[in-house]
Amino acid sequence: MTLPDLGPVWLTLQLAAVTTLVLMLIGTPIAWWLAFTANRFKPVVEALTALPLVLPPTVLGFYLLVIMSPRSPIGGAFLDVTGTTLTFSFVGLVIASVVYSLPFTVQPLQAAFEALGRGPLEAAATLRAGPFDRFRTVAAPMAARGFLTAGVLTFAHTVGEFGVVLMVGGNIPGKTKVISIAIYEHVETINYADAHSLSAMMLVFSFVVLVMVYTVNRRYPVGGS
Amino acid sequence: MLSAGFIRIAAILVALATASGARAEEALVAVAANFAGAAEAISTQFTQATGHTLKITTGATGKLYAQIVQGAPFAVLMSADAKTPARIEAEGLGVSGSRFTYAIGRLTLWSSDADRIGLDPNPALTAPGTLNIAIANPDLAPYGVAARQALTGLGLWDTVQPKIVMGQNIGQTFSMVDTGAAQMGFIATSAIDAPGTQPRGSRWDVPQAMIDPIRQDAVLLLPGKDNPAALAFMEFLGSDKAKDIARSFGYGTE
Repeated sequence: MTLPDLGPVWLTLQLAAVTTLVLMLIGTPIAWWLAFTANRFKPVVEALTALPLVLPPTVLGFYLLVIMSPRSPIGGAFLDVTGTTLTFSFVGLVIASVVYSLPFTVQPLQAAFEALGRGPLEAAATLRAGPFDRFRTVAAPMAARGFLTAGVLTFAHTVGEFGVVLMVGGNIPGKTKVISIAIYEHVETINYADAHSLSAMMLVFSFVVLVMVYTVNRRYPVGGS
Repeated sequence: MLSAGFIRIAAILVALATASGARAEEALVAVAANFAGAAEAISTQFTQATGHTLKITTGATGKLYAQIVQGAPFAVLMSADAKTPARIEAEGLGVSGSRFTYAIGRLTLWSSDADRIGLDPNPALTAPGTLNIAIANPDLAPYGVAARQALTGLGLWDTVQPKIVMGQNIGQTFSMVDTGAAQMGFIATSAIDAPGTQPRGSRWDVPQAMIDPIRQDAVLLLPGKDNPAALAFMEFLGSDKAKDIARSFGYGTE
């Protein structure tokens, strides 16, 4: 058996890694705010972050295509600054993936932060720990399981992404042709052998990831450290 | 109790139906996505003319093919190409000798911006402001093959390579151009010429001589071989009436 073109696999891993990193940075403050706020608009923000779970990926992809098009203010500004379009680019795919995978970062983190409760943080505060210090030395280690779950799920979900990248990416080899699109193309061109081997890789990968998440969840029970 | 009048009328109706042999039947028809609008219009005319009804499923030809191989109960396939019906016949999934070309796809270079494309397409395609040119994936879609032929014919295939983005089918390619994400693209003429659509943007119709004809063939599938509605529809699809409708949607016919 010959291996199929592995370019899309490599590209997919890069996309998933960058997306996970970006989402950890912007998802953590959102989840933190959601876990501890008493703001009456909390349900609205919660609903917004959960929307990508409910919307069909092609709908999401279509809206992103409209928003990132050079004709829109956002896509136009990006073009003016960088000289390249947001659509059909790796940066565009990262933005689309960040939107698409947002709930998979925010929800596990929010749950982990809520499980901490206010107690440990208030105790740290009485010991004169500043806000960032409290997060770094108390909250983050206690919520380690949440971070791991969020990271792994975000990564895996981005790897499996299809409908959104199909709309936004434009199927450019080396730039936007990710593994799911490569599989789709193999199936459509009745090249089942390559479709099978790529699918098998994805299946094994997804299974291993999920086993990892469940193993970790069992080893570190909620609130444990 | 039934009145004598009612029974008489019922008897006449039964006699009429039996005499004309026209028991209304139903057939399931699988239609390539690019022809969906035209197929609906043809189906309406067909029902008016024969009393038979159609149920239409649309999808990418490759997907419809995979469903047919897996035993989908379609009576007729209206494909986006000529290759798939030929393959279906060769594999014994269709009635041999039933294939024919019901429409010929036309290709148009289109931009949703007015004035972007002039009489000569070359300046528009090579302009620095044209950042992306959308085509259907030539590996997947006949319209993609035609787009590559058109660009080759214009002598620009290599030049515009860095600008090319690909849709998985002609519908997705259209949405890339329609949203302005790609400044222009090669789309099915039927996407902008369907009856009732307002003309907009700018266009250049690819001369038929520049590309191999995009033959869209229909084939009678095994589940439809004894279905009167399917048989009648295959005949209707080849009629002038059906061809007129196809032409009004921007297709060519033989």
